[in-house]
Amino acid sequence: MTNENLIQYIYSIADNSLILGQRLGELCGHGPTLETDIAITNIALDLLGQTRSYYQYVAELSKEDLTEDDVAFLRKEREYKNVLLVEQPNTDFAYIIARQYFFDVYHFLLLEKMMDSKNVNLQAIAKKSMKEVAYHKRFSGDWLKRLGDGTEESHQKMQQAVKDLWVYTDELFHMNEDDEIVTKAGFGIDNAALKDAYYQEIEALLKESTIEIPTTSYFQKGGKKGIHTEHMGYILADMQYMQRTYPDMKW
Amino acid sequence: MNKDWPLWEVFVRSKNGLEHRHFGSLRAADAEMAINNARDVYTRRSEGVSIWVVESKNITASNPEHNGELFEPAADKAYRHPTFYDLPDDIEHM
Amino acid sequence: MKNNENMKEQEKQTKSLEEVFEAKIARDEKIEPKDWMPEKYRKTHIRQISQHAHSEIVGMLPEGNWITRAPSLRRKVALLAKVQDEAGHGLYLYSACETLGISREEMYEQLHSGKAKYSSIFNYPTLTWADMGAIGWLVDGAAIINQVPLCNTSFGPYARAMVRVCKEESFHQRQGYEIMMTLCNGTQEQKEMAQDALNRWWWPSLMMLGPTDDESTHTEQSMKWKLKRKTNDELRQQFIDQTVPQADILGLTIPDADLKYNNDTGHYDFGEIDWEEFWQVVKGHGMCNKERISARKNAWENGKWVRDAAVAYAEKQAEKQAVKKAV
Repeated sequence: MTNENLIQYIYSIADNSLILGQRLGELCGHGPTLETDIAITNIALDLLGQTRSYYQYVAELSKEDLTEDDVAFLRKEREYKNVLLVEQPNTDFAYIIARQYFFDVYHFLLLEKMMDSKNVNLQAIAKKSMKEVAYHKRFSGDWLKRLGDGTEESHQKMQQAVKDLWVYTDELFHMNEDDEIVTKAGFGIDNAALKDAYYQEIEALLKESTIEIPTTSYFQKGGKKGIHTEHMGYILADMQYMQRTYPDMKW
Repeated sequence: MNKDWPLWEVFVRSKNGLEHRHFGSLRAADAEMAINNARDVYTRRSEGVSIWVVESKNITASNPEHNGELFEPAADKAYRHPTFYDLPDDIEHM
Repeated sequence: MKNNENMKEQEKQTKSLEEVFEAKIARDEKIEPKDWMPEKYRKTHIRQISQHAHSEIVGMLPEGNWITRAPSLRRKVALLAKVQDEAGHGLYLYSACETLGISREEMYEQLHSGKAKYSSIFNYPTLTWADMGAIGWLVDGAAIINQVPLCNTSFGPYARAMVRVCKEESFHQRQGYEIMMTLCNGTQEQKEMAQDALNRWWWPSLMMLGPTDDESTHTEQSMKWKLKRKTNDELRQQFIDQTVPQADILGLTIPDADLKYNNDTGHYDFGEIDWEEFWQVVKGHGMCNKERISARKNAWENGKWVRDAAVAYAEKQAEKQAVKKAV
């Protein structure tokens, strides 16, 4: 395992937090109540905090003289390794909640295992992030139940969001080449092994929420190989705007 | 349907050993959400280790118009306070 | 006849209640929600506190505009936390106002219909990253000058909300000034960006402290009720006196050719404020008035089904609980 393998592996975890944090950041000031605005911002802040820890570690590992911001802002679209799920837009509150819950359950299972990573840095980040993500999952799970088993209208919207986002769940468990190498070395986590527990947990909550579990024969994939949906370019255009327009400056 | 989320009062214990103190209010549809919202709204800067929430309508408050009869009679009962009793200055441990 | 006498008797009673009330405030005692208060006190407080709350939440928008584009992760989290605080402050203030017998929904209604005002400065656009610096430095700076005295205002819930707000807000201005500082220590382009932001935000910040004393209608009564400790002109002078040296440290020029230290008064003399512009923005003709209100309205209206769902769910759960107990 080379440092480059490890860096790529970290991207596939950290980029999820960055892009989802970025998506949630769009919402600040536009939520259904002040209370939800504040809650969602807290989640965004947790995710961005995690992102920073990972990228600071990447900067350390890198042979070049990188900073966390170079890592965050100066890669090309194909170099981001986040899953497609987290880049999906804030279509409505049901989508925001479904996207969050689908990610949170995976994120929690991942971090749980990462606490046993042989890499002390990853271990430390996992330990700190676990508590944050436990709360995220509680928040999104509670809301999924409320919307699923709330009014007729909310039920329909929730059902639609679950149906549309379901196709992005399978990718969470894919392993790219770097994932395999780093996992073999005892640093990474075997995503595939999380799959059963994941669907069990999600399906139980969907059932409780009176939401039908979608059936699909095809799942979307690509993010882990840097092949993103069309949304990604716009996310990056926004996010990288300052760094691209004014290169090499301190902010 | 047009129903607004009820108002809740939030009490936070800042650290073990201290009492829960009234921190403010917020809106929530149910108790669970009220706890979560209180956590997000009132403990963002590590202000708390325990939260109570109670729906505002469940609080019974005394009426300020009755303040006279409720609270003033206590004012002239100085014998409830230690300073009421004259003791020589050199008595210790009392 | 009898009716008339009754009314007179009532008037007399109200008058004596009012005297007791005013004396209480003069003694620096707090007024609490259930205490008797003159109708005018209630109304003035509802107006001022709700206006203050509206300013917090509308104020989230111009800064929210830059969250996704913040130039570094450190800046991004700081800005996000700041905008989040503003939501919190809005919430504290709405709650304080609700104790006066008006609901948050009614206050929103007033904001959305244009009946309630909010600070006009948020109707100016945020065009560059330096605006995040200028807003933190100048707008929060002016706000703090307004807010600190309110921690001792006569209405208990308002005073308590303000204590919390001021405590949390202490990082906001520093955050803004640090952004300006970094820009001013940066490249020529960054420095120009900072100067441009100062040029655009300086005058609106001065206006933010309210119309001149002779134009201000509420000052005298507000002083008595400790809603105000200093007049608008005094606050403005204080703001200018403390801000000019801060601009000097940054190496930026305040965009006012008449600005000059006056040795006799010990204060800065400054140029004429364009009150015509001020009143135009107040009347709704600022560049962003429409966007700000429609953003708030959209958030509220698009969120209705979400709020309704939460209530419906809570009711269903409560019913289930009741059935369980009955069995």
